[in-house]
Amino acid sequence: MAGISSPRPCGDYRTSYKSDMTIFPSRNSLYAAIGGLFLLLAFPMIGNDYHLSLLIQIGYYSIAAIGLNILVGFTGQISLGHGAFFGFGAIFSAYLNNATGIPVFFTIPLAGFATAAVGLIFGIPAARIKGLYLAIATLASQFILEDFYARANWFSGGSSGSLAEIVNFLGIELDTDQKYFYLVLFWLVVSLIAAANLIRTRDGRALVAVRDHYLSAEIMGINLTKYRILSFGISSAFAGIGGALYGHYLGFVSVEGFTLGLSISFLAMIIIGGLGSVMGSVLGAIFITLLPEFTEIMADIVLPESIADGKAYVKEMSVGAAIVLFLIFEPEGLAHRWKLIKAYWKLYPFSY
Amino acid sequence: MAQAAQKTNTDYILSVNNIEVVYSEVILVLRGLSLNVQRGKITALLGANGAGKSTTLKAISGLLNTEDGEVSRGSINFEGQNIAGTSPDKVVRKGVFQVMEGRGIVQDMTLLENLKLGAFTRKNFNMNEEIEKVFHFFPRLKERSITGGAAGYLSGGEQQMLAIGRALMAKPKLILMDEPSMGLSPLLVKEVFGIIKRMNDELGISILLVEQNATMALNAADFGYIMENGKIVLDGTAEELKNNEDVKEFYLGGGGDERKSFKNIKSFKRRKRWL
Repeated sequence: MAGISSPRPCGDYRTSYKSDMTIFPSRNSLYAAIGGLFLLLAFPMIGNDYHLSLLIQIGYYSIAAIGLNILVGFTGQISLGHGAFFGFGAIFSAYLNNATGIPVFFTIPLAGFATAAVGLIFGIPAARIKGLYLAIATLASQFILEDFYARANWFSGGSSGSLAEIVNFLGIELDTDQKYFYLVLFWLVVSLIAAANLIRTRDGRALVAVRDHYLSAEIMGINLTKYRILSFGISSAFAGIGGALYGHYLGFVSVEGFTLGLSISFLAMIIIGGLGSVMGSVLGAIFITLLPEFTEIMADIVLPESIADGKAYVKEMSVGAAIVLFLIFEPEGLAHRWKLIKAYWKLYPFSY
Repeated sequence: MAQAAQKTNTDYILSVNNIEVVYSEVILVLRGLSLNVQRGKITALLGANGAGKSTTLKAISGLLNTEDGEVSRGSINFEGQNIAGTSPDKVVRKGVFQVMEGRGIVQDMTLLENLKLGAFTRKNFNMNEEIEKVFHFFPRLKERSITGGAAGYLSGGEQQMLAIGRALMAKPKLILMDEPSMGLSPLLVKEVFGIIKRMNDELGISILLVEQNATMALNAADFGYIMENGKIVLDGTAEELKNNEDVKEFYLGGGGDERKSFKNIKSFKRRKRWL
């Protein structure tokens, strides 16, 4: 996981400690980020509904994946309950809106806070246990929460689920994908900025130190218990916001959406994207969301007419195969590959 | 009597009184160890492998708690307060900072981030000034910080310097150093010890130094303790220890004239005070 040192472009001098800490390593990367944001802003005008719904999916999954990466990638703890926290955000936001009438626009961040509180409670075992044992403890939190959603009719509507209202922002109903896209994009940008800044602060450094060398973290005055539990809270806050966006996008929330399978696919996103990389979380979410769509298209082209019935199976299997192959050839994730590509072009035509 | 107590308070920044350390409630490692660290001086703690030197440091810094060990008897007084059994993060806040054996650098962070991490417990200070102060002692680190990149790519000596520099960032009153010479070439060992000595001179930080390299340690230190089997067996000023026949034979190599031949080598039935 050791970060490769990315060479700086010629003429890009750092003359102060402050300039060494900027989010955007060079002026070009700042321009690229702004350009990319404008492209995304313009996308609803040009893209079709299918592409737009995929982008919205990628958006809310990315937000949750960023949260999980703070827990797994930065603090080095594992969680198998992220799907349940995602679900808590979705159900809580719908419930709060239905029960109190607080506009959905505000229940989304409130769901983030509430999920953070839940995450802090379920993170308490992390004070004592690590590694595989912690994985089992968080697995328990997944099952406890799932069972709670299925039985608490007042909260989640029980097995029949409950409705999640359409977002209304200053009198504008965000009822179409085109409009909803901007809301997701807003929260994604907020999450990206929050996460990128978190890792540059004192607390962010403490989290990384806890992951890399918990003994030396402790002798530098970092309270291990506090930071281990805190990272559960932070990660759940992101999951809650992502979940709330998911709920109000579908317009309906029910238990079936938040199973262990979802938790595992969040883990898959960050492992494929790159542990300990904010951008990797987004890349991983893109990969996991688009891979089934991509294999669908490929299956149409490649498979002969005679086995059209088995298309669905071939598709499922090829998704699995793609993930396995990916992990064999790029175990450090998409973010690492991206860094290598950047380094390659900076040094071109030399290898190093 | 009152005068004596007064003297202890002013002279010693740290005094370890007759402590016993037990791991996993069964393994007795330290059996009544006592030592004192004089304020503003370097104190060396020497001994063979397995004597309990590192355990002594961990008992002081509180790391024992994370390794299933505990101080079952005795007290550790830092500036008059008993810190035995206190959690490590609170000990750091009191002003004791341990430089771990094997450096304990956060490999994925850059050099500067590692230094900033050292100042974790401090509030209201100028980070850049503190970093410059560290670079004053370690110009080599300043050069390396310019290129950026993960601290894991630094050489062993540079990592050791970073570990010591990180300790300075916390502005401690007492630094516990666990084998700063480990894995370093003789030239680098000399450089690192030179810096330790300068830190002590210029900043007045008290240092408790645990070492295998007895010659270097006694050259840098003002006072020394020698431990064996979880106990202090000999103490004295660095000069006294360097000239002690037993220390010469067991730790410094060589010894008195009459012991040059293998025939005359001292048997392991030692004098009483050694055990």
